[in-house]
Amino acid sequence: MKTELAIIGAGPAGLCAAIEAAKNGVDVTLIDENRTAGGQLFKQIHRFFGSEEHLAGIRGFEIGNMMLEDTQKYGVKVLLNTVVWGMFPDLKLGLSNGNMVSVIEARRIIVSTGALENSLSFPGWTLPNIMGAGAAQTMVNVNRVLPGNKVLIIGSGNVGLIVAYQLLQAGAEVIAVVEALPEVRGYQVHASKIVRMGIPIITSHTITRAEGDSCVRKAEIARIDDTFKVLKGSEMILDVDLICIAVGLRPLAELCWMAGMKFDYLPQLGGFVPLHNENMQSSIEGIYVAGDVAGIEEASSAMEEGKLAGIAAGISLGKIVKKQGIEIINKAKEGLRALRLGPYGDYRQESKEKIVHHYYAA
Amino acid sequence: MEYRRSLLEKTNGIITLEKIEKYNGYPSEERFSKGPVPIIECIEEIPCNPCETVCDRHLIKVGKPITNYPRLIDPDGKCTGCTKCITICPGLAIFIVDKTYSENEASIALPYEELPIPVQGEKIVGIDRAGNSVCKGFVQKVLSRKNFDRTHVVTIVIPKEFADDVRYFKRIDE
Amino acid sequence: MRIKEHPILGPLPVAKEVIIIVDGKKIKAYEGEMISTAIVASGIKTFRYTSKKKEPRGIFCAIGRCTDCVMEVNGRPNVRTCVTPVEDNMVINTQEGLGIWENWRGGG
Repeated sequence: MKTELAIIGAGPAGLCAAIEAAKNGVDVTLIDENRTAGGQLFKQIHRFFGSEEHLAGIRGFEIGNMMLEDTQKYGVKVLLNTVVWGMFPDLKLGLSNGNMVSVIEARRIIVSTGALENSLSFPGWTLPNIMGAGAAQTMVNVNRVLPGNKVLIIGSGNVGLIVAYQLLQAGAEVIAVVEALPEVRGYQVHASKIVRMGIPIITSHTITRAEGDSCVRKAEIARIDDTFKVLKGSEMILDVDLICIAVGLRPLAELCWMAGMKFDYLPQLGGFVPLHNENMQSSIEGIYVAGDVAGIEEASSAMEEGKLAGIAAGISLGKIVKKQGIEIINKAKEGLRALRLGPYGDYRQESKEKIVHHYYAA
Repeated sequence: MEYRRSLLEKTNGIITLEKIEKYNGYPSEERFSKGPVPIIECIEEIPCNPCETVCDRHLIKVGKPITNYPRLIDPDGKCTGCTKCITICPGLAIFIVDKTYSENEASIALPYEELPIPVQGEKIVGIDRAGNSVCKGFVQKVLSRKNFDRTHVVTIVIPKEFADDVRYFKRIDE
Repeated sequence: MRIKEHPILGPLPVAKEVIIIVDGKKIKAYEGEMISTAIVASGIKTFRYTSKKKEPRGIFCAIGRCTDCVMEVNGRPNVRTCVTPVEDNMVINTQEGLGIWENWRGGG
C-alpha cells in the first residue's frame, strides 16, 4: 500500500490535517485504531472557548460531526480498526487490522496520536471504580452509562471541573473536588459554576486512601502543607462509589520513540514531548507531529496544529503552491498564538518556543 | 451529609462581586433602573469572545487580543433581553438581571443545562455564588429554543435585595 | 445504570437488544455498544482479578490504552472490554490473572 500522506490518529489534530491536505489535492490516508474517528471530541458535550474562527460556542461533538463530514467531502481515505504498530525512519508504517498485517509506504507522515490520562497512586488506588476523569466522561457522554452515583474528583484543572459538571448533568452526586495546591487550577468560570451548584472545591487537600471490596466505598481526604505533607487530624472520610482522577495527561508518543525521534522533557506540556519546528516538522525528515502528542493543550490548539502540519506536508510534497500554503500556515500560527495568550496560555507559548529552539539547537 | 457543610465552608474558587466590579464592571443602580442588564462574570484573561460576536446590538466589548475582559457598554439600556449571550457563553458566566421587574422583586435569567427542566410557576430557592440558599422565589419563564443548542434560559423572580447575589436556584423540595 | 434521558445528548437512541452471558448469567445489552458499557449498566464493577494478590480491577482509561478492563470473551483472555463491541450470545467471564488460553479456539 502506498500513500502520499499517512496520518496516524483521527482525533481533532489528525482530522484537521487530513482535511487541509486533502482539500489541496494531497492523497491522504487517515488511520485510527478505534471503530470510529473523532478521538476525544465526541465526549466533549460542552461549548468550546476561543473565537469565531476557533468555532467558539459550539459543542465539541458538533465540531466532530462537522469534521467527519469534511473528510467525506474531500475524499480522505479513512482506515478504522487499524493499529499502527510500527513507524520506521524510512517512512513505512506497520499496520494491523484484526488478524491482517500490512505495510504502508508514505511520502510524508503526521503523528497525531493524542494523549493518555495520568494515574495517582495512594493506598487502594487500584480498586474498581477508581478511574480517570476522562474515562468517566467517556462512560457517561459516549457510552451513556453512569459508573457510580457518589463521586469524588481528584484534581481541579479544567478536566476535573468540566467532568464534575458533566457528571451532575448525568445524574450523579458529586461530593467534592479535591486539589493538592492552594488554588483552583482550572478556569474560575468552571469552578464558580460547580460551586454554585453545590460542589465544594477543597484546596490544599489530597486523597490519602481508598477503601472498598468489589468496588470503592470510602475515600479519606486530608489537608496537606506546602511540602505535600499530610496534617494529622485533618482527615475526613467520605462515602463515595466512584473516584475520578484528573491529574493531567501525557503524550502517547511510543511510535515517535520507536522511529528514533528526538524528545525533550517539559512537565508543563505533560512530560516527554517530541521536538518539532514551527511547522510541526519533527527531528525525522518527512514526519510531523500535531495535537496532544506534541504537548498537552486542548482540542482547539490540536485543530490548529493539525492544519499547520497538513499544509506543511502538502507544501513539501509540492502539492500546495508555496505562496498560498504559507498564507494558511500563517493564519494557523496566528490562531495558535491567540489560543496561547493569558495566564492559561503563557506557559504553553513559552514551552512551545523552547521546543522549537531545541529543535534547531539539537 | 453532615460533612457537606464543612466541605462547603472550605471551598475555594468562588467569583466575588468585588472581582466582577474590577474586571467586567458592574452596572450602576441608574442603569439597573432602565431595564434588563446582562451581567458578565468573567474575571480571567481567557482567549474567548463569542459574547462579543453574538450580540446583535454590539453591546458587549472584548476587542483584541481576545483575552481582554468582556465589558458591557450599554449606558442607555438598549439590551432587549434576547438572552443570546447567556446561551453562547462556554463558561455559563452571563446572566440578565432586571431590577425593574416589580417594586420589591427582580428577575434573573440564567443558563440551565440539567434535567428536569423547570416549569413556569415552580417554587424555588435562590442560591448565591458560594452555593448558599439565600431566599425564596419562583420560576417566571423557561425559554427553550432550537438555536440555543440545548441551553435553556430560566428566569427566576426573587426579592430585589438578592439580585446582586443569586445566580442559581433549586426546587423547594430538592 | 443507563442514562435514559440526558440534558445535552437527549434520549437514548433505539438499538437492537442482544443477550450476553456474563459469568453464566444472561445480561441484556444493545447492539453496537462496548462490552464494558453493558457490564457497567448491569451493576458489575469488577472485571478481573490480579494474578498474585487476586485483587479486583475495573475500568481505568475507558479508551483501550491501559488494559485494566480485560475479561475473557468467547474463551479468549485479555480482551479489552472498553473497545470491543458486544455480540449476541457472547460468553464473557471475569478473568483470573492472565486467563486460561486453553479454552480459546483461535481466531480474531
